[in-house]
Amino acid sequence: MDRTPTPSEDRTSRTRTPQVGARGAPVRPRDPAPEPWEDPNAQPYVRIEGVTKRFGEFTAVDNTELSIYQGELFCLLGASGCGKTTLLRMLAGFERPTSGRILIDGQDVTDQAPYARPVNMMFQSYALFPHMSVEQNVAYGLKQDRVGKDEIRRRVHQLLDLVQLDPWAKRKPHQLSGGQRQRVALARALVKRPKLLLLDEPLAALDKKLREQTQFELMNIQDEVGVTFVVVTHDQEEAMTLSTRMAVMDRGRVQQVGTPTEVYEFPRTRFTADFIGSINMFEGTVQEVHDGRVRVAADRVPCGLEVDSAVRVRDGQRVWFSVRPEKLRVRPDDGGELAATNALRGTVRDVAYMGDTSIFRIDCGPGELVEALQPNVFRSRKREIDWDDPVIVEWSTEAGLVLTE
Amino acid sequence: MTRRLSPFVITMMVFGFAFLYGPIVSLIVYSFNESKLVTVWGGFSTKWYGELVRNEQILEAAFLSLKIALMTGAIAVVFGTLAGMALARYGSFRGRTFFTSLVTGPLVMPDVIIGISLLLMFVSTQQWFGWPQGRGVDTITIAHATFCMAYVTVIVQSRMSALDGSIEEAALDLGARPAKVFFTVTLPIIAPACIAGFLLSFTLSLDDLVIASFVSGPGSSTLPMVVFSKVRLGVSPQINALATIIVGIVTIAVILAGILMHRQEKRRQADIQQALQQAGY
Repeated sequence: MDRTPTPSEDRTSRTRTPQVGARGAPVRPRDPAPEPWEDPNAQPYVRIEGVTKRFGEFTAVDNTELSIYQGELFCLLGASGCGKTTLLRMLAGFERPTSGRILIDGQDVTDQAPYARPVNMMFQSYALFPHMSVEQNVAYGLKQDRVGKDEIRRRVHQLLDLVQLDPWAKRKPHQLSGGQRQRVALARALVKRPKLLLLDEPLAALDKKLREQTQFELMNIQDEVGVTFVVVTHDQEEAMTLSTRMAVMDRGRVQQVGTPTEVYEFPRTRFTADFIGSINMFEGTVQEVHDGRVRVAADRVPCGLEVDSAVRVRDGQRVWFSVRPEKLRVRPDDGGELAATNALRGTVRDVAYMGDTSIFRIDCGPGELVEALQPNVFRSRKREIDWDDPVIVEWSTEAGLVLTE
Repeated sequence: MTRRLSPFVITMMVFGFAFLYGPIVSLIVYSFNESKLVTVWGGFSTKWYGELVRNEQILEAAFLSLKIALMTGAIAVVFGTLAGMALARYGSFRGRTFFTSLVTGPLVMPDVIIGISLLLMFVSTQQWFGWPQGRGVDTITIAHATFCMAYVTVIVQSRMSALDGSIEEAALDLGARPAKVFFTVTLPIIAPACIAGFLLSFTLSLDDLVIASFVSGPGSSTLPMVVFSKVRLGVSPQINALATIIVGIVTIAVILAGILMHRQEKRRQADIQQALQQAGY
């Protein structure tokens, strides 16, 4: 389903040039080869085909299709209870799909036991063996494969070096801090050199500083060992920084699959738009479609809304016009004429000063609170715009987005 | 943080300890009594200990009791662990309630009832299958294992429920087959519960009079049965001597266990402190 070309993908290719990397880091010079998911000939490494999982009456995963390619860091993102963990557990083999197939490297593993799969998992609780030392924990997987003693020692220490835990090799898990435990769990999952590594909320139990540090460590490790990662997370920031692509899930269904930029800038549904970041939405009716430009008459704000959009809409259709807070510009109301479209008068109801940016909540008519994020460009003790100030909110015709679902 | 205790509290404490330990102390004191009458003090002597050592009946019964207690402990631990795991791991399987009440029934059933029902069962299986041939050590062991298993089940189940299920999943995920997972991961983790269950079973079996009386046969009298039958004919100071020895062993065991646990806890605390310091907290 993610192969059908859609208008939003057209947009991606156009706006791609000055891009910040899909992984938050500055992009390396783009190689001419297309990304695997853009290449129609590429073979997906993991195929999830029409997988459904029911627990009694409850459908945890509903007819899901996904393709994940070799070397990807793929995030399953969703609120708790959306089925992302169930999907991951089916990949690991702890749950059996009610229907559908799972293929890894072209092989049907739907009915394979967890111990027979070329897959390893890092658990949310880390699930370290409490009665074994760090070393023994990491060596456990290799022992099951009857690897020679010297080989085990060599590989265990190589991995403990990688996660910087060699000095703690003889410790028991309860003698380690949270971050150290997390790295033991990662080393243990990597030691068998799995082709596919599953991570269940890998960073949830860490504090913010440690989490950021570990995110980069994870990415470095992935570059080093070249494993395909599937990460489950409810933290959208984590998904944005980590992933090459992500799948946004809601109530057992995949809502959208794409790179972080695609999902953020071109959400396909209102759920995705709202779940990833924050967004202002105005319900309205399409007034005019002309030359790739859509004009929407909003129900509750007194201005025309206009956007360059390739979304196919017809006159009179009900749509949701949405625009991200950071794409709005707020300036003090000078009493002058308003532009005919994409401009609103309002009063500041709330200011949240975040240091680098400020978030304004602006009352633009009954029941319409518009959120705007402004960078604090100048150093100043006094705010230029404060509570109850009359302001004008504007945005360009490229900023908005028309959602139909 | 020392607080002055009120006279009332001190009085209650003295009464409490006297109530608990008075009988034991008097028992120990009278075990060194010269007189044949338990209630009359006739001077210090250790002659009853000498007679106890020469009393083959009591010694035999003591060894028999130990043997039964060891076997009971072993059997109860195996079956109790299996039952506890089933209850903790397999959620709501069919017949779970029935199974639970069967397993934990002996906890609430009076000993007399357990004794009678087991006796009836042994009699009828003997009629139908020719087994067991008469009653003796075997039947006592089976009976004890049956009710001790209930205690082991409860202990193991609570330990298993507290255990993070994903630890076993992690072992599976790393390539261990289910049997291997059990022996390398599950069993080492629940071992303390199993040991506790074994010790409890051992003690309960050693202690039991009522059930053993029902299911024992000629020539297989356990220590409590011998003691009880002797006491009916008048308390002999030998019994006091025996009790003193048992109390002595138990006290030493308890003190040793306490010291060991204290040391372990101290070491654990030190380890945690050290780990935290190294982590930079």
